[in-house]
Parts: sequence; C-alpha cells; structure tokens
Amino acid sequence: MPNLHQLVVEMRGITKRFPGVLANYNVDFDLRHGEIHTLLGENGAGKSTLMNVLAGLYQQDAGTMLVKGKSVNFSSPRDAIEAGIGMVHQHFMLVPSQTVTENILLGLDEPRFNLHLNDYDQIIAELGERFGLKVDPRAKIWQLSVGEQQRVELLKMLYRGADILILDEPTAVLAPQEIEEFFLTLRSMVVEGKSVIFISHKLHEVTEISDRVTVLRKGKVTAAGLEIKDITRQELAHQMVGREVVFRLEKNPQKPGKMVLEIRDVHAQNDKGLPAVQGVSLQVRSGEILGLAGVAGNGQRELAQVITGLRKCSQGEVLLNGEVISNRTARFSIRRGLAYVPEDRTHVGSSPNLSVTDNVIMKKYRTPPLARGWAIDMGIAKQFAQELKEAYDIAAPTVETPVRMLSGGNLQRVILAREISGEPAVMIAVQPTRGLDVGAIEGVHRLLLAQCQAGTAILLISEELEELRSLSNRIMVIYEGQIMGETQGDEMEKIGLMMTGTPLTQIEEQGTAEYV
Amino acid sequence: MSDNAYSPPSKRRKGLPFRIQIEPRLTEPPHWYPYAVSLGALIVALTLGGIMIALAGGDPLRSYTHIARASFGSLGVFSDTMVKATPLILVGLACTVAFSMRLWNIGAEGQLFMGAFGASAVVLIPLLPPETSRWIFIPVMMLAGFLAGAVWGFIPGFLKALYNVNEIISTLMMNYIAFAWINFFVFAVWSEGGFQMSPMFPKNAWLPRLADYAKESPVLAGLTTHMGLFLGLGAAVVVWFILYRSRWGYEIRLIGDNPQAANYAGINIKRNIILVMMFSGALAGLAGASEISGVVHRLQSSISPGYGFTGIIIAWLAKLNPFAVVLVSILFGALILAGREIQPSGIPKLIQGIILVCLIAGDFILRYRISVIHVAQES
Repeated sequence: MPNLHQLVVEMRGITKRFPGVLANYNVDFDLRHGEIHTLLGENGAGKSTLMNVLAGLYQQDAGTMLVKGKSVNFSSPRDAIEAGIGMVHQHFMLVPSQTVTENILLGLDEPRFNLHLNDYDQIIAELGERFGLKVDPRAKIWQLSVGEQQRVELLKMLYRGADILILDEPTAVLAPQEIEEFFLTLRSMVVEGKSVIFISHKLHEVTEISDRVTVLRKGKVTAAGLEIKDITRQELAHQMVGREVVFRLEKNPQKPGKMVLEIRDVHAQNDKGLPAVQGVSLQVRSGEILGLAGVAGNGQRELAQVITGLRKCSQGEVLLNGEVISNRTARFSIRRGLAYVPEDRTHVGSSPNLSVTDNVIMKKYRTPPLARGWAIDMGIAKQFAQELKEAYDIAAPTVETPVRMLSGGNLQRVILAREISGEPAVMIAVQPTRGLDVGAIEGVHRLLLAQCQAGTAILLISEELEELRSLSNRIMVIYEGQIMGETQGDEMEKIGLMMTGTPLTQIEEQGTAEYV
Repeated sequence: MSDNAYSPPSKRRKGLPFRIQIEPRLTEPPHWYPYAVSLGALIVALTLGGIMIALAGGDPLRSYTHIARASFGSLGVFSDTMVKATPLILVGLACTVAFSMRLWNIGAEGQLFMGAFGASAVVLIPLLPPETSRWIFIPVMMLAGFLAGAVWGFIPGFLKALYNVNEIISTLMMNYIAFAWINFFVFAVWSEGGFQMSPMFPKNAWLPRLADYAKESPVLAGLTTHMGLFLGLGAAVVVWFILYRSRWGYEIRLIGDNPQAANYAGINIKRNIILVMMFSGALAGLAGASEISGVVHRLQSSISPGYGFTGIIIAWLAKLNPFAVVLVSILFGALILAGREIQPSGIPKLIQGIILVCLIAGDFILRYRISVIHVAQES
C-alpha cells in the first residue's frame, strides 16, 4: 500500500531545446501519490513541453525521470502509457464519427478482430460510473458537448490503466458550472488513488483545486512544489510573471455617449445551416465597452460575423450610426468605420506569409494616401507601418518581416494597430487575449480601454470572465444564440448561471423565492 | 501552409556515429536564400540528368557543353534561344499571376492555342483585309489573341467562382477542347488543299524580326528573334508592377496567402478568381498570338511543344517573381532549342522533369533546417 507522500513521478534536471528556444532548463518536478499538483506558468513558459516529455511525446535533451521509483526513458507515448501515465491534451484526439467505446478501444490490442461492442459498452459505462464520468458509451463523439468529450478523453486514459493523469488546461473549454463538476470528478479520482498533474494559467482555479503548485517561468522553475495553503494568489502571480501584475485596470469613468451600434432581433445560421443566433438585440454607445460573455460555440462567432458583414442574417438588422449594415458586404461596414478583431488571429485576422506592412494596410489600401489611383504607394505604406510599429511597440525585426515570425502577442498588436488606426466608430473584439501571456494581455487591455476613451463603441466578446469584468461597463450573457440577461459585472454567480442557460429573470425569481 | 506545430521526428539509426535532425525553420532565411536553393536544385537536377545521359551511352559533359554552345555559343543561336524563350516568358507570367493567388491554372497550353486561334482568325476569317497596314494588323492580332485567351480563362474561372469547380481539372480538360477546336479548323475550315494547316499569313501579319532591320544595322542580319520578345519583356514589367505595386496585385497576394483574411478585409474573392483567370489566360493567349505571328505564320496543330506546361515549371522555378521568369525562360528556351540536337524528345524532356522534381524537393530545405548531429558530441 503506497503511503500518501510517496513520489510517483520524479523529474530531475530536465532540459529540452527547440531550435532557437530553450523550452525547459534544468527543471525539477515531482508528484506525490494521490495529490493534485498544478503546473502554473504563462503561455510559452514550458509547461506543456515538460509534460510532453513525461508523456513520451518528446525526449529530453538532458535530465532523468523516475516513475514509481524506477528510472524510465520513454521513446513514445505508448511507453508512457505502459508506465501508467496518461495525458489529456488541450485539443482532443477523438474520431467524431465513432462512438465513445470505439474511441476508447482505438489503438489497443484487445479486442482483436470482433469488437464485441456491447460487452465493452458495459465496461465503459461501469468505469464512468466509478469515477463520476457519466457519458453514454454508444453516443457518437460529434453528438457530445465539449465537456462530455473531455470525459471521454479521461475515460480513455483510465481504461488504459493510467494512474498518473496529466491534464493540459482542461478547464479552458468548460463553463463555470461544468468546471465545478469537473473539479468534483478530479477529487473523486484522487480518492480512487490516482495522481493528477494539472496544467493551468488561471490562478483562481489553481488555488481552488490543487494541493501543491510548481511555477515555471521562461522554462525555469521559480517555485517548486509549494503547498497551496502557504501561498497567496498575488505571490503566485508574481512567481509566474516576475513582476507585480496590475489586476485592476482603471475602468473608463466617462459617461457613454450617443448610440452607435444597434442590433435588433438578429437571427442567423451557422455553417451547418442550424440556427446559431436566435433573436439577439443589444446596443452599444460611444465610449463604452459592452462585454458579451458565454461559453464558446453559443453563437458569438456567428453574431460577430453578422455585425461585420461576413455572414448573412435571416432576420433582424444591424445599424451603425442609424444606417443598416447587416446583409451588405464586409467592405461596406469597414468604410463606415467598423473595426473587427477576430477570434482567429492567424487564419482570419492576418496573412501569415505577407509582411507587417502588407498586413497593416489591409483595410486602408483602397483609400488615399496609400492608394494612388489603382496603384499603392509603397513608400507611404512602409512609413505607415513603421509608425505603427513604434506607436504600438510591435517587436518585429523590420516591417518587411512576414507576420508568421511574430509571437502571438505581437501579432495581436499588429491587428489592433491596424484596426485602431482606422479610428473606428465601433470595434468588435472577439477573444482578443486568447492564448496570450499575462504581459501581452495587459497591453491589449490598455489598448482597448484607451480606444474606448477615444469614443469608440466596443463590443467585447470573450470567455474570460476576469477580462470582461475588468474592462466592461456592462456585461451581457449569450447562451445558445439568445441573450440571457445583462448585469453590471460584479455578479459573477449570476453570470455563471446565465452562461449555463438560466435566464436572468428566472434567477431573480428564484432569488426572491428563496428569501420569501 | 502554416504547419509550424509539426516537427518531423529526428532520425536516429543504430550504429551510425551521427543522427540527422530536421527542424522547422523559426527564422526567416536571408533574402537570397530561395534563389540559392533554386540554383542548387538546378545543379542537382543537371547532375542527375548527366547520369541519365551517361546511362544512355552519352557523354554528359560533352552533351551539356554542346547544349550550351548550341544555345548561347553565338549571336545567331542566342537569337534562336530567345525565339524559344519568348512564348515561355509569356506563359510563365500567365502561371505566375494565377499561382500568386493559388489558382492552379494548368490550362496555359490550351489558352495559348486559343490565343493563336484568335490571332489567326483576324487573318483567316478575315476580319481585316490582307493588305491592311502592319501597324494595324499586328496590334489587332495581338489583341484578338489576348482576348481569346481571356475567354478561355474566363470559363474555368467562372465555374470556380460560382460553383466551386476545381480549376485544376477544368483547366486541364479545357486544354483538350482547345486542341480539338484548333484541329477542327485546320482540318476542315481553313485547311490549305487538304493539308492540316491554314494558308500562310500575308507578310504584314508577321511580327517583325530583327533580321528585317538588317539593312539599317547589318549586325542584325539573320537574327530570327521577333518583336514578341519585347512583348514578353514588357509583360514581365507590367506583371511585376501589378503584383507588387497595385491594389489589384495586393488583393491577389492576400487572397493567395490567406483567403479568409482577404474575405475579412472586404475583398471580393469570386470576382478576383474570374479576373485573375482571365488575365492569366490572356497572357497565355498572347504567347500563342506572338508565336503564330512571329514564328509559325500559319495556323496548324503543332504550334507548341508543350510551352503551356513548361510555363508551370518556369513559374515555380522563378518563385513567382516576374523578372526571374524571364531568366528561367531563357534557360528553358536553351534547353528546348539545343536539347533537340541530342534527341527530339526523350532526354531533354526528362531533364525538365528532373528539374521540376528537384525544385519541389528544394522547397523542403526552405521550410526546414536539416542538421547533422554527432552522437559523440551530444552527451
């Protein structure tokens, strides 16, 4: 019987290099039996790399690993699974057209030819019952919610006999209520004798769930295996970024001005032709930030596309300064002062192989002084790019550098620089800080606030409640294409309930009912 | 092609004192690097071609020197090389324009034939009387070729823009229609006494050759290079200007690199698909018109030894740079001209094929860095 403080994983002096990057340098990490140990760090701090080494996806350049006291050297994920280590990646590795059971059995030696699916469905169902991971074994993956798919990934690892679970940012895809449920599952797994490594960069989750925490910064350990009860969030944040983080930005104090963007009862379909936006109405005034909260996939993307002219709406209309801009073209809205910071920086917001210059002129190349008749004045374009590069502090060798060479934060600066330099009347920003590190997030937030102060009406669509709370004047919540309600931003519990589908009116009724 | 996340595993073979590691490039290689890699690929290809020549019982070195001498050895043969290079420049530019938008127009051959048809139609229908002045005749012919190619490019462009028909298939198939179209006319309508060719064009429908000016400057005597070359060189400048200095070219490059971003920037992609296919077809059509009026002087079914397909290789080898297209076309012109002295088909075509394969393989070096690591050093 293993005692509680026995180490199941010991990593000593792990170093891993990638071309031009030292991802891990001399990292020590250990995991006790039956604990939840968080690996905390900014994006690019080397958390995933370290865990990929443990899971056998990468081989370390230097250092040793002991699993359950035995020295190991994994050359493939299969070796790691045999040693009892299972990793659930940020991006699920499931086959959408197959059932839960089929996905779990995929790649195993047993069953050999005849699948005996019914028997295995039973086994999977029992396994799920035991760990509180309820999911229908016969359901096809595409029918499942993201939370359920995550359970399938966990079941896959448990079925393979993993007792050391590595979870790479598992909460990123979950709604607050789902996160609560997920944490319960984690605790029950620990009770069943599993040990968990939890990768995250969300401080409040870390303090809530973990027993110990190790902090990585730029590939090095800054805090090793600290008991969570001995450390505050501020201290953790400090270890993570190496400087004090301003958690509270100065919100825009000014009174909102005239109405700029008005959305009236908009309905729209998604790419599959299913209703995605179902009667959304909202208004944004100049000089205010309206936050739109919601778990991804509840119609935010489609709504943003309708507003920006990239998608047709089947009903309703969008007005910019009183003029209808819905069901026109993207160009029509751009000309009327609509800026759009899309969710997908690399695939929508920028052109990776073109230069910084080419990327910043994307919305201006049609108008003088950049345009001269049918030609583009490249001299002025370069000068313009140079000015933006300095004003927005874009770290790029030259304005001729293709933007795919830039980091996520700098790419976002390029996009923001382009959108803001158009002096927009309205800006639609979708997930503007996704995947950025803390320093870059702060920069983006400051830019948004400054732009708001300059009188732009901003619709901020985000999943990060912290972000919405610190930036928005008002917060609305969208669920399955409908607005659940509006709050002033400090009622996080209400927002959480709305994000999982309870309309505000209902919450308030229940609230009063309880008091009565 | 943003597969930065993918990293091929390093190969470690037991018993070897080193291992080869392949890593994606994280920094931009220097400006000259792509050209150096192209040159390297060319050298490798010529070496492989040399081996083939040796296997076939020839002397590679002598063959290559012969090719060099037969294409660049004197002003006369250089002029012949330029004759071959002329249509190649135009089709190379045609492919460059389309490929810049990632429109895979492999129908330049058919568009070239239609261009030749358009130019011939001016003479043969006749749209202009045979005694028309050269100054009117030739521009009208060129314009007709340009437009006929544009029409041939419009069809697959329209189908792609409206119904998302794969342009690779449609342009390829349009080639065969073009060949059959030309055959119909040379066998039936414009056949000269039952031969598979039209009657010879009147002299004033011929593009002037350098030799025509031998009276004024005797150096030019016997030189076959015709004015189509200047058309090609002019087109290279125009294409460069369009691609890198115009709003339209910016749209083409943006769509080529990331159609979603172009859509986001409010660019009409469908309209550009049609326009670019038309422009590409028009350039290929111009190649046909220049060839028919400058070299063949009559419509027949054998006007091109696959110039349109060679244009694909040329655009690729030139890395879609219009000026590099000119240089590469001259090289390929030499290969076509002098290669014929080795074997009418066969080996010269084979060398072209090897060059293309080497070039595509060379792209790998541009995107990945290959390093040899000595195992002894590692520990």
